Amino acid sequence: MIQPVLLWSDALLFVLIAAIVALVFWARRQDALRAAWGRVLKDGMAMAAATVLAVFVLIGLLDSLHYRARLPAQPGAAARYAVEVLSALDALLSDLRQRSEKTYSAPLATHLFAREALENSTQREFPRLKHGGAHLGADLSNHEFDIAVRVSRGCAGGLLVWLLLVSAWCRWRGVAVVEMLKVGACRPAVSTHPGFRFAAGERNPQQTESGTAIRPVFLTLLPILLLFGIAIAVGGGYHVFGTDKVGQDVLYLSLKSIRTGLLIGTLTTLVMLPLAVLLGILAGYVGGWVDDLIQYLYTTLSSIPGVLLIAAAVLMMQVVIDTHPEWFATSAERADARLLALCLILGMTSWTGVARLLRGETLKLRELEFVQAAQAFGVGRFAIMRRHILPNLMHIVLIALVMDFSGLVLAEAVLSYVGVGVDPTTISFGTMINTARMELAREPMVWWSLAAAFSFMFALVLAANLFADAVRDAFDPRASA
Amino acid sequence: MSILEVRDMAIHIREARPVDGVSFDIAAGECFTLLGESGCGKSMTALGLMRLLPAAAQVASGSVSFEGTDLLALPESGMRDIRGGGIGMIFQEPATSLNPVLTVGRQIGEALELHAGLRGAAARARAAELLDLVGIPDPLRRLDEFPFQLSGGLRQRVMIACALAGSPRLLIADEPTTALDVTIQAQVLDLLDELRRKQDMALLLITHDLGVVARMADRIGVMYAGQLVEEAPRAQFFTQPAHPYSVRLFAALPDAERRGGRLATIPGSVPAAEVRHAGCRFADRCSEVMPECRNAPPPWREIAGGQRVRCVLPGAAPAVAAGVGAGDTAAHAETRPLLSVRDLQVHFPIRRGLLQRAVGAVRAVDGMSLQLLPGRTLALVGESGCGKTTAGKAMLQLIRPTAGSVQLDGVELTTRSTHELRPLRAKMQMVFQDPFASLNPRLRIGDIIAEGMQALGTGGMGDSGGVGSDRDTAAKVGPLLEQVGLRADMVSRYPHEFSGGQRQRIAIARALAVHPQLLICDEPTSALDVSVQAQILNLLSDLQRELKLAYLFITHNIAVVDYLAHEVAVMYLGRVVEYGSADEVLRSPRHPYTKALLAAVPRVDGAKSEVPKLAGDMPSPAKPPSGCHFHPRCPLADAACRLSYPGETRFGATQVVRCFKA
Repeated sequence: MIQPVLLWSDALLFVLIAAIVALVFWARRQDALRAAWGRVLKDGMAMAAATVLAVFVLIGLLDSLHYRARLPAQPGAAARYAVEVLSALDALLSDLRQRSEKTYSAPLATHLFAREALENSTQREFPRLKHGGAHLGADLSNHEFDIAVRVSRGCAGGLLVWLLLVSAWCRWRGVAVVEMLKVGACRPAVSTHPGFRFAAGERNPQQTESGTAIRPVFLTLLPILLLFGIAIAVGGGYHVFGTDKVGQDVLYLSLKSIRTGLLIGTLTTLVMLPLAVLLGILAGYVGGWVDDLIQYLYTTLSSIPGVLLIAAAVLMMQVVIDTHPEWFATSAERADARLLALCLILGMTSWTGVARLLRGETLKLRELEFVQAAQAFGVGRFAIMRRHILPNLMHIVLIALVMDFSGLVLAEAVLSYVGVGVDPTTISFGTMINTARMELAREPMVWWSLAAAFSFMFALVLAANLFADAVRDAFDPRASA
Repeated sequence: MSILEVRDMAIHIREARPVDGVSFDIAAGECFTLLGESGCGKSMTALGLMRLLPAAAQVASGSVSFEGTDLLALPESGMRDIRGGGIGMIFQEPATSLNPVLTVGRQIGEALELHAGLRGAAARARAAELLDLVGIPDPLRRLDEFPFQLSGGLRQRVMIACALAGSPRLLIADEPTTALDVTIQAQVLDLLDELRRKQDMALLLITHDLGVVARMADRIGVMYAGQLVEEAPRAQFFTQPAHPYSVRLFAALPDAERRGGRLATIPGSVPAAEVRHAGCRFADRCSEVMPECRNAPPPWREIAGGQRVRCVLPGAAPAVAAGVGAGDTAAHAETRPLLSVRDLQVHFPIRRGLLQRAVGAVRAVDGMSLQLLPGRTLALVGESGCGKTTAGKAMLQLIRPTAGSVQLDGVELTTRSTHELRPLRAKMQMVFQDPFASLNPRLRIGDIIAEGMQALGTGGMGDSGGVGSDRDTAAKVGPLLEQVGLRADMVSRYPHEFSGGQRQRIAIARALAVHPQLLICDEPTSALDVSVQAQILNLLSDLQRELKLAYLFITHNIAVVDYLAHEVAVMYLGRVVEYGSADEVLRSPRHPYTKALLAAVPRVDGAKSEVPKLAGDMPSPAKPPSGCHFHPRCPLADAACRLSYPGETRFGATQVVRCFKA
């Protein structure tokens, strides 16, 4: 019925996920690692952040299952597939994707945002939307009432799903639902954070025997499920976040942007991190001409204005792509190649800052006595770097990783603004913000594209930051005392 | 008439009680000393008096009255006048207590402007006066210098001058000489003592060093776990300490009489500040503990002559039977040296200019020769910056020597490549000074100890797996831990869970893991408290007896040398100036530098030495003086000393001195 399509970025993303899963299984067998991750699992804030992240990743993964739909079969001819590459998310959101309006409309509106000359009339009026509020018919008096009904229906649905999940979990664990809700209602999720727990001077009773702080997960899931419920109920009849210039639903655009953001954040970091760590430690520990060479390299790289360097590289890459149309079967593949190339270019140009930081820290570490003790044992250079230098740099690497993740999601926006970012057909926060530039200059202002992009990016980056914070704390042996 | 009265002061940091009911008085012009191990709350008490506590800490109860004013009730603005104006304070680390980007004159001027209202030329004149007062030569030039241009001793003098700018009636000195060399320490202590007499200033001295206490104190308060446990005038304290803790502090001091024997140690460590005590705080570590000690805190008990003690034991505590040693351990039968160093030189080039051409060299080690026999201990003594540590690392080839030869068991090391050295590394190991920096905080104890075995292949093979995957190595780690007095089940802990003394034991176990014959110990006890130092020294001498280890003991602590060493080499500016058996060098020193060094050590019996103390600092090894390096500071120097470096003069069987006047 369909033809699966595996884009390069999908493959990389799945490899990445597989690697993480493999790492998790490997870490479960290492006592020290299991203990450290156990501390993460006990940290309420971390678990709440992880829940939000998981939702984002889930959406991103759904959006990475690409396929080409089969066209209606014609007798006698071989099966033919559509040119358009869709994803599982597109299939789920086909309503949102297909119900596009003519142009801008405000969130939950029933009319377009701009007046237009009506047919057979000299008057300029706000035309009715094709889909938003269409079920109301001509009678708009119960517009608000309809929205209220839908919101409460969505809330009820979300709550129901949540209760089902909670009771399923409680049955599996053999815990009374009432007890869980009682404690959960009177104590906020943050009270399981180590600092608060210390102040309270007691252990969180809601931790399971394995010690996982499960209550914050459910407490975070509740608002998420409520929002989902509302979005589904209201989105069935209206455009929750309005529509953009060509009438596309902004909620759909925002959900599609998540995959681009995740990809740019993770793949770029994946390109950048090994370079930065390797070169930074080598420069700091080995010194001499190696240090000179690496320093020369990153001084040169960072003395060229970043945007110029990236723009030059992207434009070159674009020429290559444009002169070889035969490489790509569909436009989606071309856009995907551009996205990957952008990750690569961003990665190659953004390792300098982290490398310099790591070099400085390595210079400090290599003079410490435990490194000299290892030298006195005749431990090899690379073993010292791996056993003694790298683990003591991990907190910096982890902080840099998260900072860069947020920074890169933002950099994509800047580059798209300049016009050298992702392919114009790729939906991303950057392209959304880029279009918002013109929208904000309109009178009256079109604010919803920006607001939607902002709130999604904010949730994503904040969750990533909080989670990384907790991971760093858990892996710092001094802090866990 | 006391100018400071502290009553029942208690400081709380959340659950912890670092100071828990401390009362004492200080009279005008008196030197009161707070003595105790680290973590007893001495510094916290001083900060509490000044109301300079960290944000989390607060004075929970008690009163502090300075010249009749209740300091704890003063508003912050009033307190600022007291700080510096009424009470001055100097800190332990002269390197960090001065602002590196301001000139000395600016920093003293700041205090003068605040407390004396002086500005401009008047302030400058007064600042110069103060520098002169603290014994800094050429004060007008020094006013325009930055802290980095001064040596440690001069910096501490500047710090004292800053504290004196407000003419305080009380000076709080928190370990003022701990970071300084003995010769510089003697200078600074003399200065403090002289200022106190001249200006009739009271001094609250905080220290852990019994020698400094004997040199300075009028009265002594012994602090333990947040409380004073004994208060006594100096004479009584040193002749008849009353509290079992004080008695043990004395017994833990190493000296020549205890050589070969064991030092008395205090089992365990100072209890954490979070612990609540029902009875006596020392009960768990006390050998005279009685049932009533556990039930209620012991009351103050007056002993004659102003001595009082918080202990139920009637009379003074019995002296601890410190094992008097059998003197030298068995005579050495072997004569083939394990380590033989000839004309070792380590020069660090000074590079200047665009092309980084070497324009000179820091001669950290400049031609030193020594020999170490198997199973013996050679102490390398000298002030900081004389090249002791560099020499030790050069012998291990951690720093490649510029010239000279190092032979281990007859094998030349300096010509071997890093790869060729690896099989020899098992024979020589190093124990470092700072137990907090010498263990990788990210590795577990088992991995730390196993590292050497894995790298050198003396345990099982296998590189990365860690302890769990390498049963052979893991099986050896447990006994090693027990050998150094730790429990075998501690393998999976991280270094931060251990105290300083325990960490030093781990560092020793790590070195022992590869069965070395030579252990280079770089000041292994200088970061530790007296009672912990005694534990480590006992461990080292036990290990020497059991395993026939040879130690090269790098230290500046003469008492430790006297206790542990068979031979002593005294270093000055990269060269050995005197070498001989411990008795020869320490009892009948020939070199004027050795004499001055020994004289500068504050003695617990308070006796003062007749030898003149050293003036000035050690010259820079980048520009050593011509002729004998010591001549600018030597009281005996004449024209010949300025011309050429003296050759070796032999006295007796083993003593070698490089001095024309010896």
